[in-house]
Amino acid sequence: MSDMIRYQRCTPCRHVWYFVRSFCPKCGAREPQALEASGSGVVHAVTIVERAPTPDMKALAPYTLVMVDADEGFRLMAHGTPGLAIGDRVSGSVIELAGRPIPFFKRA
Amino acid sequence: MSWITGVGLLPFGRHEGKNTIDLMSEAAALALDDAGLKRGDIDGVLTGYATTMPHIMLATVFCEHFGLSPAYAHGLQVGGATGFAMAMLAHELVAAGRLKHVLVVAGENRLSAPGGRDKVVETLAQVGHPVHEVPLGPTIPAYYGLVANRYMHEHGVSEADLAELAVLMRTNAATHPGAQFREPITVADVLASKPIARPLKLLDCCATADGAAAFVVSRERTGEAAVRIIGAGQAHTHQHISEAPSLTEFGARLSMDRAIAASGRRLATTGADYLAIYDSFTITLAILLEELGLAPRGQSCRMAREGYFSRTGTKPLNTHGGLMSYGHCGVAGALAHLVETQLQMTGRAGNRQVADAGLAFLHGDGGVMSSHVSLIMERQA
Repeated sequence: MSDMIRYQRCTPCRHVWYFVRSFCPKCGAREPQALEASGSGVVHAVTIVERAPTPDMKALAPYTLVMVDADEGFRLMAHGTPGLAIGDRVSGSVIELAGRPIPFFKRA
Repeated sequence: MSWITGVGLLPFGRHEGKNTIDLMSEAAALALDDAGLKRGDIDGVLTGYATTMPHIMLATVFCEHFGLSPAYAHGLQVGGATGFAMAMLAHELVAAGRLKHVLVVAGENRLSAPGGRDKVVETLAQVGHPVHEVPLGPTIPAYYGLVANRYMHEHGVSEADLAELAVLMRTNAATHPGAQFREPITVADVLASKPIARPLKLLDCCATADGAAAFVVSRERTGEAAVRIIGAGQAHTHQHISEAPSLTEFGARLSMDRAIAASGRRLATTGADYLAIYDSFTITLAILLEELGLAPRGQSCRMAREGYFSRTGTKPLNTHGGLMSYGHCGVAGALAHLVETQLQMTGRAGNRQVADAGLAFLHGDGGVMSSHVSLIMERQA
């Protein structure tokens, strides 16, 4: 299973964001556009989680969490391949991990 | 104007068999005794929250148990910033002439409650976004690990640098009998400690504890203690790290600027005699010190190594050992910083006493550098 990463854009003010809302958090306009991202971006920050919070995630530890600046102008938290570093060009999509949809990036 | 007329602080660590209300009651009794007040004198009560006792009316539950029937009481929640936010609200209520004596109290059996540290880690991770963050399996250290990774990258800070702040907190805690961890540690110990969310390791993190703290904010002095809050401010820039405007610039400076403006005085943090700064992680403390203008960007750890923030240094900091070594039991964690500040300013810190604590700057954050609260405390000449 693999799906596109989605984001939203405000039609009047062109603001883009990631956390799903029914309005623009900047200008308040309703009915923002729901768009599919290219999946391309740059790694902004990385951490390797060695101490997982729940039993299902402990089975996956250690795992790499990244903040990625998507080319479309929004930032998101995601899983990534081990070894990713700040500044790496990456490409990502939504995959299934621990039984749930998770955005996942690898080096482009 | 408001006065911190009495303080109470329990040892942090393990208080087997005691619940949140038990611990809060013990700290509250200490604070009342210290202020020379009786239960009937208290007309306002502020509490925070307790992860081990989620309740929609924690303040009222506490008041009933402790034997108070105040004119004003409620809980308040801004994560790690809750303690100083309660102090700010108590100050504002008293300064406005609304109340005479506000008891601020918090406590939690966070370490010995069923589930222990595992439950704490899982519960606290929920400050993340329920759809876009929590399902990824982050923890509080992971959110701060992301911040640390970016901050270190931009400002040339190393893991060994950050370790200096953990060493300093442990050195301070060694002189406080109530501290959870008092065995001295070295930079090498911090670097060799168990990785939690790289670059953060176990000794970069605050310590899960049971404990409680309380203080009384009054309109008039009740005794010898002549320490007052002269300014308070807040700033809230985001909740989730995914939506933070930046991973290296946060709301601390804005919050402190508002506190300084509220004081109506021409003050600067560089004029501090004593500092009480939230230290949930080494990276938290580094960023806050630098953002508050107490060290140039990327330099706070070097200055700590050189003794600048030591008890006998230029700017003594968290002389009780902070969240990292005195311990962290939730809302009372930051209250301990304020209690220690009042003890220093009243010359009652014993073997931890600093040379002269006439003016203190306090700062706390909640979430992931999300909510900021700043306080300025002054001893009356």
